[in-house]
Amino acid sequence: MPKQPLLQFTGKSIYCAVADVHIDPWIPVGRAIITHAHSDHARWGSQHYLAHKDSEPILRLRLGQDINLQTVGYGEKFMINGVKFSLHPAGHIIGSAQVRVEYQGEVWVASGDYKLENDNFATPYEPVKCHVFITESTFGLPIYKWQPQQQVMSEIDHWWAQNRMEGKASVLMGYSLGKMQRILKNIQLQDTVLYAHGAIYTVNERLREAGFDLPELTLVTKETDRKLFRGALVLAPPSADGTTWIKKFAPYSVGYCSGWMALRGAKNRRAVDQGFVLSDHVDWPDLNRAVKETCAEKVFVTHGYTSIFSRWLNENGIEAAEVTTMYGNEDENEEEEVVQDAAVATASYEEHKQELDGEAKDNENRLER
Amino acid sequence: MKQFAELFMNLDRTNKTNAKVDLLKNYFLSATDDDKLWALTLFTGRRPSFKVNRTQVKEWAAGEAGIPMWLFQESYHSVGDLGETISLLLPRTSLGGSDKSLSEWFRYLGMLPGMTDEEKRDHIMQAWMQLSQHETFVFNKLLMGSFRIGVSQTLVVRALAEATETDSNVIAHRVMGQWDPQGTTFEQLILDKGENDNASRPYPFFLAYPIEGDVADLGEAQDWFAEWKWDGIRSQIIYRNKELFIWTRGEELSTEKFPELHFLSDVLPEGTVLDGEIVTYANGRPMPFNVLQTRIGRKNLSKKVLEEAPVAFLAYDLLEANGVDIRGLTQAQRRTQLEAIHASVPVQSHFNLSPLIAFTNWQQLRELHPQSRENIAEGFMIKRKASTYQVGRKKGDWWKWKIDPLSVDAVLIYAQKGSGRRAELFTDYTFAVWGDDGKLVPFAKAYSGLTDAEIGQVDYFIKRNVLEKFGPVRTVKPELVFEIGFEGINESSRHKSGIAVRFPRILRWRKDKKAEEADSLESLRDILSSYK
Repeated sequence: MPKQPLLQFTGKSIYCAVADVHIDPWIPVGRAIITHAHSDHARWGSQHYLAHKDSEPILRLRLGQDINLQTVGYGEKFMINGVKFSLHPAGHIIGSAQVRVEYQGEVWVASGDYKLENDNFATPYEPVKCHVFITESTFGLPIYKWQPQQQVMSEIDHWWAQNRMEGKASVLMGYSLGKMQRILKNIQLQDTVLYAHGAIYTVNERLREAGFDLPELTLVTKETDRKLFRGALVLAPPSADGTTWIKKFAPYSVGYCSGWMALRGAKNRRAVDQGFVLSDHVDWPDLNRAVKETCAEKVFVTHGYTSIFSRWLNENGIEAAEVTTMYGNEDENEEEEVVQDAAVATASYEEHKQELDGEAKDNENRLER
Repeated sequence: MKQFAELFMNLDRTNKTNAKVDLLKNYFLSATDDDKLWALTLFTGRRPSFKVNRTQVKEWAAGEAGIPMWLFQESYHSVGDLGETISLLLPRTSLGGSDKSLSEWFRYLGMLPGMTDEEKRDHIMQAWMQLSQHETFVFNKLLMGSFRIGVSQTLVVRALAEATETDSNVIAHRVMGQWDPQGTTFEQLILDKGENDNASRPYPFFLAYPIEGDVADLGEAQDWFAEWKWDGIRSQIIYRNKELFIWTRGEELSTEKFPELHFLSDVLPEGTVLDGEIVTYANGRPMPFNVLQTRIGRKNLSKKVLEEAPVAFLAYDLLEANGVDIRGLTQAQRRTQLEAIHASVPVQSHFNLSPLIAFTNWQQLRELHPQSRENIAEGFMIKRKASTYQVGRKKGDWWKWKIDPLSVDAVLIYAQKGSGRRAELFTDYTFAVWGDDGKLVPFAKAYSGLTDAEIGQVDYFIKRNVLEKFGPVRTVKPELVFEIGFEGINESSRHKSGIAVRFPRILRWRKDKKAEEADSLESLRDILSSYK
């Protein structure tokens, strides 16, 4: 009988049977290792969590102050049921980690989400040699090639300066965890108050309390004098788009930071004034580089363009297979907000199904009568 | 090119009409005459063909990007635009971009048609290497693109009128008809004050608005004409300098396509311009549109086609008489002159007047309206007797009062991603009805009709209920039901269902229905037999 693989894809987690540990489970489990604190990876309800120490503030913020959480540093080895584990920097967001799993001489790495470029906030990605590598493929198409970070940041600087001149507010949208800290660490901050939506303000405050070097933000409230927004930078999550909240900044220009902004279609659909192509995921060249640097004999491709990227690897002499995970199938999930949208859509769809079922039952009842 | 590429990017970025007009106006005020002429060529859909084969261009781009064709195709499906896909895939060699102007690039492209495949390849590659990513995208549009960037001809005319301080009706007329950038200059085309002697030039069409609310809201019935709204090809027939020109509304010179109408050059008075509808016509009445469809797009009109689908012109307006533009006269006056011209022509079944419907009050029209389909019409045209002939779609004097579309409830079974603004979203759907064997039979593809929120929900459902993949097409679990409306229905041997519907569109999402409750092929056949 062939021995069972060290890590298995259960559809609800990446599971190590020997250690009885789940990586990024979507269901409550006994023991969970969390690669990073985005809500499509860190889920509620497990008895015991383990993560990198830089993930702690946000994990507690999102999963509850009293979760049973053990933290480790990068490279620190720990044993669970005879299996050797360690976390290594993934460069995706603060505290993000690749999980290295070693048992009887065989090494697997589950990389979670990652990017290779140093964003000056998250600990930069480090390649980890392994036999089997599990990679994301969010932007696994050759059309995705990022510009160097500094170039995108100067574009943002330039856009803000232009709006200041025109007396407009600059409403900059991006994910509250990861993207916003990266922006704050890399744009040229002016000697002015920085405004933020509650979602971003809370994350920023929590990280500052934990001792991270981030600028102070000012929460936008009902009482904030609207005149103060002229020329100011306002940080907002994408979900703020099209709400009444955003209207109070008028006149304003909307900038949106996302890897999807690389495509005209996506940009026009969002109808933003300015799209900035900025992603915390690997682009196509870096994805290929990362896979090569692991020297892996076998690659499992998860969320994103799984079938395309695994076919590409197979054609280039690297054995690869696509894996369906809960981190999204064909659609293009990029972290929390999208997941929330999906939750809303599911809810409305479930409602629709219930309505149908309900009517079907009504019909049956009628027939019986 | 920098300036044009920037204009393109800025137009793309806004969906506000006034902002677009301003951008265009600024371009027309600052670009060179040469560039302006080429920009106008693009915006009015006159891009010349450079005889390049899209498949070859794809292969060259994939080769340069170092990827296999299947990966190129996957990328293309994701982006939804070929020119953009190529611009994203090519290795980036130039960040600064090119200093060549738009017209210089067109001259560069003009060298392509005489070249061998290999020379073409080198020529195009060399351009790609000089251009930045965005410029490459625009260049590819010049090379082989459909130039759709949300700028209608009306907007361009408005901007040009403002920039040149000329009346927009005059500009609209000047940019119509037959001209090509190599044979004219911006000066000649737009600024020339003297009447340009372009015998073939048509007038801009006057278009009707759909009627809102009740027809009685239009006022006194006696102030209006009513005609059937014919389902044909809107056309202008021009006879000037002893030559006949037939223009269709798509601004296509189509004289050769309608030999039945060539006799008009022997019978019309010099300096005549007629507006009307070309329809297929036999035994004194029009035939359904799908008969006309059998000859549209054909290069050679065989004897068989001419016998089976003969056309006639149904005239309803006169724009020029004795070489004089009479669009400023009233509808009633123009009608009188039109009838006089028709009466002077020896009776010919290929040239008819679109008859006026006799009515004295609106109620009579309301009663007649349901008979539209039997008369092979789509409803009524209501025209104010006192109105002039205007330019473009204007509210107030010309109204169309269409019949409600036919409709069935159908099940969504295939989906494909959209393009442009909707790339990455599944927006192109194929719908099926229940066949005689209890299986779903596809019968129509439809795109429009859902709100953005609904598209999002349908997209969400599709992505989670894919059964099979065939290239870009996904087979979807048959569960969602939609009411599909269409304008016409006919037998068809080319479709599996045996039925072809015209202008299918989604009327609404029937969330209250299950797939089993959708309509059947039988119900489609019933509709077919009742309108035959």
